Amino acid sequence: MPEYKKPETKQEFDTNFQQIKPLMNETEAYYESSRCLFCYDAPCVKACPTGIDIPLFIKQINTGNPLGSAKTIYDSNYFGFACGKVCPTEVLCEGSCVYNLQNVKPIEIGRLQSYATASAIGKDKIYFQPTENNGKKVAVIGAGPAGISCACELRMYGYEVDIFEGKENPSGLTIYGIAPYKITNEEVLSEIDYLQKQFGFRISYNSRIESKEDFKKIEKSFNAIFIGIGLGITGRLKIQGEELQNCIGAVEFISELRMNHHKTHVGKHVIVLGGGNTAMDAASESARMGAEKVLLAYRRSKEEMKAYGFEYELAKNAGVESIFNVSPVEIIGKNITEGVKFARTKIVNGVFEIIPDSEFVLKCDMVIKATGQTKHKEVLLNIDHLEFDKKGNLAVNPSTFQTSNPHYFSAGDIISGGQEVVNAVADAKKAAKGIHKFLSGQSV
Amino acid sequence: MPDLSVNFAGIKSPNPFWLASAPPTNSGYQVMKAFEAGWGGAVWKTLGVPIVNVSSRYGSVNYRDSRMIGFNNIELITDRPLKDNLKEIEEVKKYFPEHAVITSLMVESRKEWHQIVKDAENAGADGHELNFGCPHGMCERGMGSAVGQEPEVLKIIVGWVKEVATKPVIVKLTPNISDITEPAIAAKQGGADAISLINTIQSIVGVDLDNFVPYPVVDGNSTNGGYCGPAVKPIALNMVKNCAQHPEVSLPVSGIGGIENWRDAVEYILLGAATVQVCTAVMHYGFGIIREIIPGFESYMTSKGFKSVSDMTGRALPNVTNWENLNLDYKIIAEINKDKCIGCQLCYIACEDGAHQAIGVGQNGTRVPFIIEENCVGCNLCSLVCPVENCITMVRKDDGKKIESWKDRTKSGRIPTTFNDPLAGGIHHKVPEPQKALKSK
Ligand SMILES: Cc1cc2nc3c(=O)[nH]c(=O)nc-3n(C[C@H](O)[C@H](O)[C@H](O)COP(=O)(O)OP(=O)(O)OC[C@H]3O[C@@H](n4cnc5c(N)ncnc54)[C@H](O)[C@@H]3O)c2cc1C
Ligand SMILES: Cc1cc2nc3c(=O)[nH]c(=O)nc-3n(C[C@H](O)[C@H](O)[C@H](O)COP(=O)(O)O)c2cc1C
Ligand code: SF4
Ligand code: SF4
Ligand code: SF4
Repeated sequence: MPEYKKPETKQEFDTNFQQIKPLMNETEAYYESSRCLFCYDAPCVKACPTGIDIPLFIKQINTGNPLGSAKTIYDSNYFGFACGKVCPTEVLCEGSCVYNLQNVKPIEIGRLQSYATASAIGKDKIYFQPTENNGKKVAVIGAGPAGISCACELRMYGYEVDIFEGKENPSGLTIYGIAPYKITNEEVLSEIDYLQKQFGFRISYNSRIESKEDFKKIEKSFNAIFIGIGLGITGRLKIQGEELQNCIGAVEFISELRMNHHKTHVGKHVIVLGGGNTAMDAASESARMGAEKVLLAYRRSKEEMKAYGFEYELAKNAGVESIFNVSPVEIIGKNITEGVKFARTKIVNGVFEIIPDSEFVLKCDMVIKATGQTKHKEVLLNIDHLEFDKKGNLAVNPSTFQTSNPHYFSAGDIISGGQEVVNAVADAKKAAKGIHKFLSGQSV
Repeated sequence: MPDLSVNFAGIKSPNPFWLASAPPTNSGYQVMKAFEAGWGGAVWKTLGVPIVNVSSRYGSVNYRDSRMIGFNNIELITDRPLKDNLKEIEEVKKYFPEHAVITSLMVESRKEWHQIVKDAENAGADGHELNFGCPHGMCERGMGSAVGQEPEVLKIIVGWVKEVATKPVIVKLTPNISDITEPAIAAKQGGADAISLINTIQSIVGVDLDNFVPYPVVDGNSTNGGYCGPAVKPIALNMVKNCAQHPEVSLPVSGIGGIENWRDAVEYILLGAATVQVCTAVMHYGFGIIREIIPGFESYMTSKGFKSVSDMTGRALPNVTNWENLNLDYKIIAEINKDKCIGCQLCYIACEDGAHQAIGVGQNGTRVPFIIEENCVGCNLCSLVCPVENCITMVRKDDGKKIESWKDRTKSGRIPTTFNDPLAGGIHHKVPEPQKALKSK
């Protein structure tokens, strides 16, 4: 029995994709903030990549000062609202809350954070006044968390900032990739809007920068360039049948889901390939879209899955089933996907092996490949002198985030190979400091 | 089963748990409901010439997620005609002859006192409580705490009442005075049979930050009120103890102030109360709290082998002494249970910034702090701020053989007497150099 009925309307979609971290009301925020111990040298702060003064912002909520609280949050993290909703808090701040050691529920830091920032966004509270233009210009490529965070910070130093975004919405994967039950499109856009009003950076949409000429042009008009283009489309598995209809990449599927909601096509029997968080999301989402059967198929063992435990639980709770130690060898079907041929796998002396003659077919009418995103190599190779790390990610100086081409800086998924929004936000802020140091000679 | 029944200065009651004179005892309906719920007695809402009240009337102190840890009111005595109250008292007594109904009284002239005492007794009151406590409104008219603050006046009025009263007379004391035993002694000298304390403490619970008016707000203005509820219990306990210990008072005490559960009631009784009275907790949760108080109280009595409430009364009094008699050679220091510690480091910062720099952090790569024994003065602060039960305990370090108090040391000439006396208690404490506080230097 599927857990969810196929949603036919936006309303039914919203019910199936109910927010797992809904906004707190005033009473809940008051009670929850009351529990915070105001730890000294608090471990939750250390666990936050942006180092928000968590005990302080929680105390400010508790003393009836949500706007002061939001200021504390935004001072450290320009995506304060979004992060409260989408951060994997279980492995970050909330996972480090001292209450865990007492087997008491940790403070709901994420939800408190969204509560405070929502009140600031709702009131259009202005905290930041960009410095007068210093005469220099920086181009930011990509309006994801990295690009926007970098732009905000640069505006505080007085740079004119132009963001070039390939798509028609800002915020990158926050709106195109993250599961709809974590944050709504409206919520994402209202925070970006709020930031743009305060910081006054410009965004040009539908403006991909990818050719040698594009980069040359930009190099001419800007003093420095920040690359925040994240990761690319789902990579190819290089197996037969991959081009069949209804065999789709996870990020492409999710992107469509975020834009088209209930109108997105989802099969009755869906097989999701992969064992990372994206696979968990795609599986959960398929189930919530009313698929009768959703099967997660991972090449290695359950223990080796890269996904967080709580994301796997979330998928299971949505009715997702799983199969381990199987590797897809072919997508079966005539024009349209009809199944996946798998081979069983094992680990011999730490080495991953296919077991000979172990092939079998599982039927399905849709395959979602959550097997990793490409790294925009074709674009990056059009920039001179870039270097890459061992994993093929764009290499940067770890403190200034400068690439091997001194005019280019970068942060976010493109340098990390894929982390969280909060990491992109944190690193991009440091990159802005790196750019400022490069252009002004001043450290901040 | 322990016996809960009490005989308080001649007033009999099935248990020592009474309702204080206040809104919960405003009517026969409420008092009957309370008796049915299990309360043993009720001090009727103060009778006198009826007044007119304002609205709003209450303010409260909330602490974090706890509502009404302190409560404040600007209400006066009853606003109902005397005859209605008397009729209802009569009816309550008809249904509950074994329960204690005490009439709280507040009037001005000797004639009025005589009249109201007689009326109350005719209605069936088991005793009287003279309200010399109300710290707002009534005192401006020379009643309530205006009387309670003038021991001589108090004594005279008690005398007037005793001229006609045939039932026991309790004097309710105001805490708005520097030495509570003075009016208590005056009550005794005036002939009172018992005292009850405390009434409310003059207070302002908070200020409306937008309109610049304290709470409660009455059409843009406010006035001081009377404070009660859990927050006042420590003040009331001390006053009860002072009265119970004073040889010239030697009257039964009814303890009042912040009682909400069986533990609170036990504390009052151990410090010398023979009955207790409750107001705020009932105003907050209703009469039903009695069903937690009675069984908790009973099982405590059983566990300690107390057969009756009088067995318990004043049991802690011998252990309350003057500071000069405390043993200066008793030494305890803090000990942290590493397994229980959750690493909040509240103890560290409390001791570091607020006490004696006797806790360190950053050892063995864990967040568990450690005690710097030679600096620990055994003040308790860390164990009080620690959020984990029994994680920081205070461990005795002296061998218990030497007992010497300030008094003893004074006798033997071993107390510091000059500004730089080498006998100064803190002379051995290692206080860090002041500059160490500066991070930047
Ligand atoms: C399925 C999925 C679920 C996720 N769930 C979470 C989650 O729950 N919580 C969380 O914290 N993180 C989550 N993440 C990770 C998170 O979304 C990313 O770490 C974060 O968005 C990275 O930010 P970024 O700015 O580096 O890149 P992106 O968000 O990818 O933004 C890059 C931007 O650059 C634009 N762009 C790309 N190429 C060009 C070009 N050539 N020219 C112009 N513009 C270009 C893109 O359109 C995009 O807007 C998830 C990721 C995925 C894939
Ligand atoms: C609203 C209100 C009205 C009160 N009215 C009286 C009163 O009429 N007569 C009186 O003796 N005490 C009165 N009191 C004081 C209470 O009887 C009691 O002494 C005090 O509240 C402390 O007890 P508590 O902490 O349990 O509330 C009143 C208290 C409150 C809150
Ligand atoms: S660790 Fe938990 S309790 Fe301590 S400050 Fe952080 S949120 Fe509050
Ligand atoms: S008992 Fe007092 S002095 Fe000793 S460690 Fe605790 S806080 Fe510091
Ligand atoms: S206050 Fe208690 S729990 Fe917190 S660090 Fe100190 S000993 Fe550990």
